[in-house]
Amino acid sequence: MSARPASIALHAGRLIDGDRSRLYAWLAVCVAATALLTGASLVIGTSSLETSLGWLTSPDAQSSLILWQIRLPRTIGAWFAGALLGLGGAIAQGVFRNALAEPYLLGTASGAALGVTLSLLAADASIGELAWAGKLGVTGAACVGAVAAIVLTITLSRGVLQTANLLLAGIVVAFLLSAVTSLLLLARPELWRTMQSFLLGSTGFLGWSSASMLGIVLCVCALPAALFARGLDALSLGEDTAQSLGLSLAVLRLCMLGILSLATAAAVGEVGVVGFVGLVAPHLVRETVAVNHRQLLLGATLCGGALLQAADLVSRWVIHPAELPVGAVTATVGGAYLVVLLWRRSRRE
Amino acid sequence: MVCGIRANGMRRAALWFALRAGRRVAAVLALAACYAGVAGAANVVRDDLDRDIHFEHAPQRIVTLLPSLTETVCALGACGRLVATDRYSNWPSQVLALPKAGDLDGAEIELIVSLKPDLVLLSRSERITERLAELGIPSFALNTDHYADIARNITTVGNILGVADRAAILNDTIADEVRTIGAQARAARHGPAPAVYFEVDPTPYAAGPGSFIGDLLTQLGTRNIVSADLGAFPKLNPEYVVRENPDVIFIADADAQHLSDRPGWGDIRAVRERRLCSFESDVGDTIVRPGPRVADGMRALAECLHRVDP
Repeated sequence: MSARPASIALHAGRLIDGDRSRLYAWLAVCVAATALLTGASLVIGTSSLETSLGWLTSPDAQSSLILWQIRLPRTIGAWFAGALLGLGGAIAQGVFRNALAEPYLLGTASGAALGVTLSLLAADASIGELAWAGKLGVTGAACVGAVAAIVLTITLSRGVLQTANLLLAGIVVAFLLSAVTSLLLLARPELWRTMQSFLLGSTGFLGWSSASMLGIVLCVCALPAALFARGLDALSLGEDTAQSLGLSLAVLRLCMLGILSLATAAAVGEVGVVGFVGLVAPHLVRETVAVNHRQLLLGATLCGGALLQAADLVSRWVIHPAELPVGAVTATVGGAYLVVLLWRRSRRE
Repeated sequence: MVCGIRANGMRRAALWFALRAGRRVAAVLALAACYAGVAGAANVVRDDLDRDIHFEHAPQRIVTLLPSLTETVCALGACGRLVATDRYSNWPSQVLALPKAGDLDGAEIELIVSLKPDLVLLSRSERITERLAELGIPSFALNTDHYADIARNITTVGNILGVADRAAILNDTIADEVRTIGAQARAARHGPAPAVYFEVDPTPYAAGPGSFIGDLLTQLGTRNIVSADLGAFPKLNPEYVVRENPDVIFIADADAQHLSDRPGWGDIRAVRERRLCSFESDVGDTIVRPGPRVADGMRALAECLHRVDP
């Protein structure tokens, strides 16, 4: 991957035919995996495989409720959330020109966690000042918190031109907001369990309304991201080169960070802080095929979706009818993948 | 070193002197003498961390770090011996005036030490127990997870406090009340055992049959939708609750309003027919605390069950 950086393949988007067919093959694998996982998600849940298959062939009121109102929206919602995280990860890595960048880099996760804490406090204690957070509900408060964190980060770094400043501000904001969250939770320790579920991610309550919201956000994010992808290609040649090509860095970064915030905030709001999908999905794409950014964004989106769908299946299957936090699954698998990646790279060197 | 604390001043001074002089043999001898001296006369009770704790006399300055233990001490008529409680203890009302020494995970060691307690009652928590031992403060750990722990803890605490008779009477009273409430609840019901889901947390965590709350629900003749092998408080796949279709749901008031927003939950019988039980926090305390007020908690559960599932 590092031996063949994304930027080399991009010269005016001319791919060698071999690479193109590999890319198509890769995309086809992602789509096929998604189709397979969606099918599997209908028969994997709290009932045995035979029971679930029986439901598919001869459904009654309750089983069709479980199949079409619970399992299907859950897996589709997980796909959209994963896709948003994959897209966000690819954008973050492009904007920061760092393969270790991830969607939560700008403090979104901590901001969302703070929003959730405030909404829980408001719902529980009916504190007048927090009424807004209570009205938004957990999802809305998480979104607002995530967006507020990004705005704070960008304000602190005085704009988006200095990547180092942005990263630093992101870290500072993340620490600060986590500290506030911890302090608030000290007063209400019984909220810890709910918070922990949020911080470990959960796909359990994704219904059709959540799934369609995530789907709309994905469309809203993916189209402009594809339009600006060329800019990321230019940026990967270096900031000076990009500017000499007539690119406005500020506009590019601001748009891309806007898309990143929207994508991350929506995903975090619905499924909590699911780690590693945004980091691993773009890696997997680049590891397999050399691509330009438009293709990377597409690939990471499809791959992220399939990854979170798979993680969701694992989380509901392993100890059913109890359930593992989906973020714990992605962190375990994603972490293991990164270890392998590191090990392979160090051996290559 | 429990013995050292219990030992009288002279023995303690001798031990300290011997150690300081570096005469290990003398120290060991002094230690042995101390053990022999105390073990003969004192009350030795084994706690749930498997430590043999020696009590030369019934403790008079007690710190409790768990509400159920505070309530146990007070129900045994020893409320006056408490010098501090954890920050959640709120019953009986006289403990509200006592200093609050944090909680199990964040005990205020300095406050505890300054109160010079001769006993700290807590549940199993290695970290604080070790720290207290280092500071020479005796502690006694009790499991408070199950219904059976209530009677066992009342007996143990009664022994330690020297009020064993009172403990026996209290246990009889509680057992009688619990038996009566359970029998009445089962007798008053016309249909089969209702399937119940007790939500501990909306993410969703349930109280399984292995938990204290689960124990109470079982004694009320209900069927928990969670099976025992899932553990005391399993995190469930929400689909499972829909599939099990409970007749009654026990849930926090704030969460009860949003139940039908959860995918598929609007069709659950308990949600559809609003067979939901929520409790005010003071009543809720009696339900979630495995202490001497267990009959009150059980009565509250029974009343709500009877109201929503006659």
